[in-house]
Amino acid sequence: MSGTAAPTRARLPGLAPLAEWGMRHRVFGTWLALAALPLLLPSTALATSVVAYGLYALGFNLLFGWGGLLSFGHAALLGGGAYATGIAIAHYGAPWWAAIGVAPVAGAGVAFLMGVLAVRTRGIYFAMVTLALSQCAYHVAYQAVGWTGGENGLRGVNLREVALPFGMVLDGLDPRVRYGLVAVAAGLAVAAVSRVLDSPFGAALAALRENEARARACGYDVRAVRLLAFVLSGAVCGLAGGLLAIHLSVVPVETMHYATSGLAVMLAILGGMHSFFGPFAGAAAFLLLESAVARWTEHWPLVAGTVFMLCVLFFREGIWGTLVGWLRR
Amino acid sequence: MTAGGAALRAEGLGKSFGGFRALSGVSAEFRAGLLTSVIGPNGAGKSTFFNLLTGAFPPSEGRILFGGRDITGLPQHRFARLGIAKSFQITAVFPRLSVAENVRVAAQALVSRLDFWSHRARLRGLEERSAALLARVGLSHRARRAAGELAHGEQRALEVAMALAADPALLLLDEPTAGMSPEETRGFMDLARALAGERTVVLVEHKMKLVMGISDRVLVLHHGELLAEGTPAEIRADERVRRVYLGQRA
Repeated sequence: MSGTAAPTRARLPGLAPLAEWGMRHRVFGTWLALAALPLLLPSTALATSVVAYGLYALGFNLLFGWGGLLSFGHAALLGGGAYATGIAIAHYGAPWWAAIGVAPVAGAGVAFLMGVLAVRTRGIYFAMVTLALSQCAYHVAYQAVGWTGGENGLRGVNLREVALPFGMVLDGLDPRVRYGLVAVAAGLAVAAVSRVLDSPFGAALAALRENEARARACGYDVRAVRLLAFVLSGAVCGLAGGLLAIHLSVVPVETMHYATSGLAVMLAILGGMHSFFGPFAGAAAFLLLESAVARWTEHWPLVAGTVFMLCVLFFREGIWGTLVGWLRR
Repeated sequence: MTAGGAALRAEGLGKSFGGFRALSGVSAEFRAGLLTSVIGPNGAGKSTFFNLLTGAFPPSEGRILFGGRDITGLPQHRFARLGIAKSFQITAVFPRLSVAENVRVAAQALVSRLDFWSHRARLRGLEERSAALLARVGLSHRARRAAGELAHGEQRALEVAMALAADPALLLLDEPTAGMSPEETRGFMDLARALAGERTVVLVEHKMKLVMGISDRVLVLHHGELLAEGTPAEIRADERVRRVYLGQRA
């Protein structure tokens, strides 16, 4: 998508081609970032978190930034995927590929159920309906103790080994192996999201965001397009949830909490909702800041809130969107 | 479709909003290949009539037949896919998309809507079609600009290109020249006349003078009812129409 009007000052000659390259090869650029991340961040565990939450924000932004729909219920999609993977491993001892594969299916399924009701509304009502439905999902997870562990969370999500073809077996408890697993799965999902944005459906979604009445007059079925967007967003967020479960070895019930829904909104806006990589950048900035600040004070949310407000007030395109805007002009 | 046959037929169309009757018992025929204008003073029910004919909302009573098929109550996107295109009274484009993409995505609606896995560039002919339509409405030089950056008159022209993108059999235009300069208006009326040669055109217009010179048929609405119908000459000679427009800027 074309960048927004950027200020003409703040010129950094020489870097503009780099920004252009990154926009043209957004998937490959993201893969490079995924490869470099463990080297740049202080710990592999933090890098894994960034990738999982980055994917969550990216999936959310498919609906928010590209579709113009603000959902406050994405925790249910992340949680749906997380519990699916968690139950597959903890209850059934599923192999890694099945445990990961079931996550996007669960996310899409939950999204379909929520979407059927939610896409009938728009604007603030859409936000409220998705919030209400995700709270229902939260209480289901809270009550279904036998499956989810309820309040204590689902424990024992231990992926002990990652069996590859030709008899190769990797140690699933090694953080580097987990990072590799999470990064490869996220990398494939990023390529899929990019493909969706380039598709005819992606064009219809953008048209709908720009002018719903006009899109309808063109012949687009507004509800069908929105429902599909919600389901695809659910698949991506579900996968992110599954990866998070493997990373943490536990699925806390807070995964489904509405604060987690708010987190997706925050990460997307912080990083830049109008850029492809923005949500990832938002997740990286947020988690890095958290790990740094939380060491000094327990009032981390206060700092996060301040940073978020400053970002909304002064960097409307988010960290990444603003950076790209500067580099391109 | 032969010229002279009914492309679109309204049978006893009526619409109430709460207790207010905006339109009642309007029966009319829009013949294929002709330019029919719907005129009337403010509050005559023109916009309601237009919205019923384009499927924006369903009528309270009556039927709408398109090529002999009853399409009453179909959702609006079905109207569009059947070949009924419209322009909006208030300019409606996709402001942050490029001008070319506005027309391309409008044309795409007929061939691909929910395919999320192939690349949109692989849909054959849409970009060429978009370029040809932009040339026709005189916007080729603006193709790469964001639609929201265009001047008002240019956006109206873009809307027509978007309405034509799906190659509709029937094109309905709601006060298309609102806010246009006199030159733009003249150019637009020429375009509307040219379009009528290839498809059925319905023009809803407040200003009677504008449409008299280019219309094949004219319908006059007044107080939500059909007051008169005929050729421009017949309408001009009609005593009742004169009375309605008397004392107003006709």
